[in-house]
Amino acid sequence: MAAEHVPTLDRAAVAFVRSLRAAGLRIPVGSAITYLRALGEVGVGTRSATYWAGRATLVRRPEDIDRYDEVFRAFWSADEGAPSIVEPDTVQIAIAFDDAEDDDTDADADTDDDAEPFDGPVLQVRFSDTETLRHKDFARCSAAELDEARRLMAELRLSGATRASRRWRASHRSGDPLDLRRTVRHALRSGGERVRRVHRAHGERNRRLVLLVDVSGSMEAYSRALLRFVHAAIVGRTKVEAFALGTRLTRLTRELQSRDPDAALTRAADAVVDFSGGTRLGETIRTFNDTWGVRGMARGAVIVILSDGWDRGSPELLGTQMARLHRVAHRVVWVNPLKASDGYAPLARGMAAALPHVDAFIEGHSVASLEELARVVSAPG
Amino acid sequence: MTSSETPVVTSVDDVVAGLEANGYLPDEGLATAVFLALRLRRPLLLEGEAGVGKTEIAKTLARWTGGSLIRLQCYEGIDVAQAVYEWDYARQLLHLRTAEAVGRTSGSDEAVIEAELYSPRFLVRRPLLAAVDHGAGPPPVLLVDEVDRADDEFEAFLLEILSDYSVTVPELGTFTAEVPPVCVVTSNRTRDVHDALKRRCLYHWVDHPDFEREVRIVGLKAPEVPAALARQVAAATEAMRSMGLYKPPGIAETLDWAQSLTLLGASTLDARAVEATLGTVLKYREDQERVRSSGVEALVSEALQRGR
Repeated sequence: MAAEHVPTLDRAAVAFVRSLRAAGLRIPVGSAITYLRALGEVGVGTRSATYWAGRATLVRRPEDIDRYDEVFRAFWSADEGAPSIVEPDTVQIAIAFDDAEDDDTDADADTDDDAEPFDGPVLQVRFSDTETLRHKDFARCSAAELDEARRLMAELRLSGATRASRRWRASHRSGDPLDLRRTVRHALRSGGERVRRVHRAHGERNRRLVLLVDVSGSMEAYSRALLRFVHAAIVGRTKVEAFALGTRLTRLTRELQSRDPDAALTRAADAVVDFSGGTRLGETIRTFNDTWGVRGMARGAVIVILSDGWDRGSPELLGTQMARLHRVAHRVVWVNPLKASDGYAPLARGMAAALPHVDAFIEGHSVASLEELARVVSAPG
Repeated sequence: MTSSETPVVTSVDDVVAGLEANGYLPDEGLATAVFLALRLRRPLLLEGEAGVGKTEIAKTLARWTGGSLIRLQCYEGIDVAQAVYEWDYARQLLHLRTAEAVGRTSGSDEAVIEAELYSPRFLVRRPLLAAVDHGAGPPPVLLVDEVDRADDEFEAFLLEILSDYSVTVPELGTFTAEVPPVCVVTSNRTRDVHDALKRRCLYHWVDHPDFEREVRIVGLKAPEVPAALARQVAAATEAMRSMGLYKPPGIAETLDWAQSLTLLGASTLDARAVEATLGTVLKYREDQERVRSSGVEALVSEALQRGR
């Protein structure tokens, strides 16, 4: 056991935790302490006890299991010599995402009327210079123009369609069911006389918005601009999930959750290893369906796919997977920057296969068209 | 565990033995997580595909420890009134009316009546309060099922209770668990559970069982299934799980399937029996089509090979 090579077990355990952190796992101090206590409970007599004690206390996402295994092997297998500390190759920095929902602990259950902050689409009327830029194709923008375009995009907010919520809110319509709790509270105030009836009804909630962004080579000119748009969407509201579609699927929600757009984009680009590689749309959408979508993320959600539809895989697969997605989702919106070009017809085989399963097919080549997207996504029903 | 009725848990093997004796076959990882949850008195967060036996763990724990199982099924919009406590308004009103009828509502009786109205007899204990205020005997097992379905605001609230195992009712005071309940929180991972809650909990990702374990589970849960058939069914479901299905079969499906085949009088797997019973193991038309198009015969012969 490696513990023999270091002064105390505690030191080894702490070093192990540091190696895990260096490998990109996010481990708070509290978990490290729990790990030490867990080691005390299971003992370090066997390798597997040590392994599982760490798995239960230090790993909190299935994605991290592989990295944990790797570090564990490298660290504790050092029968010959001191435990090796894994050199950090990527350092991940946790940034607290300070949104309104985190602060709302809901401890006071009596305030049923939770004041939802208004986050409707913020669309602004602009003067002519800006107006030209709004319609300019991202692929033809200069660097300075792109900067300005980004500024415009940062003002876009996606509010998403709404659906009925289970949550009750106060209602003034006498046809709605009686809120016994509040009625009684009023009655007690007046000595038991039921002077005022209070009614309640179900509120509304934003539907989840899932953005799938193609980051393949054919989308190079647009993908960064679109990622910027995705970032604006995520910071504007919390119920947004974002994924990059490339040769494989990469979840970007966490990476994009910082309020600093440039840092967020850098992290997102780091996370997507195949930025500007090829696309296997069918396969990545299948991965999305299998691992996230069908399990519930896509259920009743508004799905926005940003892609030109060029797919190296088989169009049949894309068709089937789009059908699956369409069955669970509330709406599927496909944004295709190429749609704006003159005489465009969806000839890309993938695009043609996907179209029957798409509720709205719109352009996405300029700021104006992204505003259109914001409108489509926010449309009720 | 302090109470004398509860089993003594000093090693991971105790957990394995205890769970097995009560009809659950854990692997080492799960047993370690459960052991640590019992010893460190921390909630256990279980994530995994539907049908891998997350809920069953809590039920088995309750049988084993002798504590009652308190289940809180989460759904969107769940709030304190459904999860922690509520006052029984209808009875409170009735009580008030009665007091009025006998002429007690005037003068000095007011304070008395109010105290009566907010006394424990009008308190409806919902799962979280019941788990904290459990009285004597072995601590209950609190199962917070499918926490990912609740709003994230509710998670923050849950965190508060799971941290100090106490609940405050403003009119009555604070209830604190003398012996904390055993807490199992499950999630299907339709969204990420908040980091704060995860930090509080021990974590285990529950996978489908491996082949040998699944055979043993069938043997334990459905003893009427012939041993050879159990092996073949386990082999076939294992093969199905690697086919990239919409909904890969869970343990419940394996059991249903094995039992259906047994009821139909099959003693070994064959193509006709599989065709007839495919609906018990695959619940989506697309999945059934995929298995059929990849060849039921091939699946059967492979399963016979593996199950030998």
